[in-house]
Amino acid sequence: MPAEEKHSLAIRWFHWLNFPLLFIMIWSGMLIYWANDVYRLGWGETTLIHFFPDWLNVRLNLPQRLAEGMSIHFVFMWLFAVNGLVYVMYLAISGEWRHVVPGRHSIRDAVLVTLHDLHLRKELPPQGKYNGGQKIAYTSIVLIGIGSLITGAAIYKPAQLSWLTKMLGGYPMARWEHFWLMMAVLGFFAVHIVQVLRAGWDNFRSMVAGYSLVAPEKSANPPREERA
Amino acid sequence: MKTEDEKLAARSRRAFLTMGVAGLAGFAGWSWLRSRPLDQGLPGPLRSVLGLNERLARGYFSDDHRMPEFALRAVNSDTRVNGDIGLGSDFDPATWKLEVQNGKTPQLQISLSEIQQLPRIEQITELNCIEGWTEVVHWTGVRFRDFTARYDPAFSATGAQYVRLDTPDEEYFVGLDAASALHPQTLLCFEMNGKPLTLAHGAPLRLVIPVKYGVKNLKRIGRITYTTDRPDDYWANQGYDWYAGL
Ligand code: HEM
Repeated sequence: MPAEEKHSLAIRWFHWLNFPLLFIMIWSGMLIYWANDVYRLGWGETTLIHFFPDWLNVRLNLPQRLAEGMSIHFVFMWLFAVNGLVYVMYLAISGEWRHVVPGRHSIRDAVLVTLHDLHLRKELPPQGKYNGGQKIAYTSIVLIGIGSLITGAAIYKPAQLSWLTKMLGGYPMARWEHFWLMMAVLGFFAVHIVQVLRAGWDNFRSMVAGYSLVAPEKSANPPREERA
Repeated sequence: MKTEDEKLAARSRRAFLTMGVAGLAGFAGWSWLRSRPLDQGLPGPLRSVLGLNERLARGYFSDDHRMPEFALRAVNSDTRVNGDIGLGSDFDPATWKLEVQNGKTPQLQISLSEIQQLPRIEQITELNCIEGWTEVVHWTGVRFRDFTARYDPAFSATGAQYVRLDTPDEEYFVGLDAASALHPQTLLCFEMNGKPLTLAHGAPLRLVIPVKYGVKNLKRIGRITYTTDRPDDYWANQGYDWYAGL
């Protein structure tokens, strides 16, 4: 089986730098959020889940660390932002964005892939580097990252950037958006990890070493985008 | 000659090794950061980067960058009382006078009625607590810049100047950069939501500075000091950002 180049060195560095940086941003954000933990799932007097439950706060040692959380958040935000922006610029300039940005067929492909993953459909649709579902997920997470930076800026400097805070619906609304974008990151992460585990060793190694031994369906069945 | 498989195995080994070393280096860097000597409650390098953030923010700061102002109906009249440091019971508002030190004339003693002769300003702004909650409050007072023009006319926003405010018992104190103190939305207030300030909210006179977090909005001002030294700040001493600018 010939090895195929799958992930460029740059993508691999961006990806693995992003992981600890994003982890630090979420953790320090939770240290800050604890000081005024107002968000929940529920309606009226009914609360299904309060974020975050007391046991989790205690378990993660979050209470009473606001100053520490703010200092870490406002230092590591620079590293997180720079890594993310250079990643996006790299995708744009190298042309690799084509692997990640969904095309015309992505939604249908995503549905077919999901059906396949749920064992409701036998065949996978033809795909390039990423299938429709992955493209949508990876593009969404980039947008979520950008959204986190923007809503974060709006609540960090609501006076200096008051136009931005206003555009996002005011300070309390921007804070709410910042929180739920973080929750969306956690949601992405949960699915991402399950998919990585399911995909197996070759796929994981490809994100570390760059090459893949499993021939993508590409060779036998060129992706529609390429045929078109 | 190595086979293709052996080359790939070597490449994989190298990549995982690199990742392991990078991971260890990252972890070492993190441990180093967390173990730096504390500068007012924060590891030194974190404090330094907060200082850089402050320089950026002060470079961009402008009188024209304002916090939003609201209509009367947005006001929550049941304004939360938060924090009572410096508000001990050993205080008589009737005999209170504001002390002002400007380093030039001897210390001034100013009564509330003298302050109330300055142009009266009403302003409905959000108070942004550093914890994350906000409340819209209707304030009445005078501009800090009008007050300054009257009692320390030479003081200007050159960037090298600061203001320090203390409660009468000096238990609570805040430091402000001149530009923020002289921002048009920064007020010395004596009324809240259309009524005289209560003691719990900082009577007889409190600072309202919407371009800073709530912690800088000192209640029950005892003394105002104009200075060229960067003043101490109660919460900055405990690990918070000194600038705390919004
Ligand atoms: C332990 C944590 C993680 C592991 C093991 C992991 C693993 C992987 C793997 C194996 C791929 C390649 C998928 C493929 O080739 O089909 C990948 C791609 C990707 N992952 Fe992760 N990941 C992790 C954390 C994260 C996090 C936290 C994010 C962002 C929130 C993220 C965002 C992405 C993105 C955007 C891609 C596509 C990269 C591109 O091609 O430009 N990953 N990940």
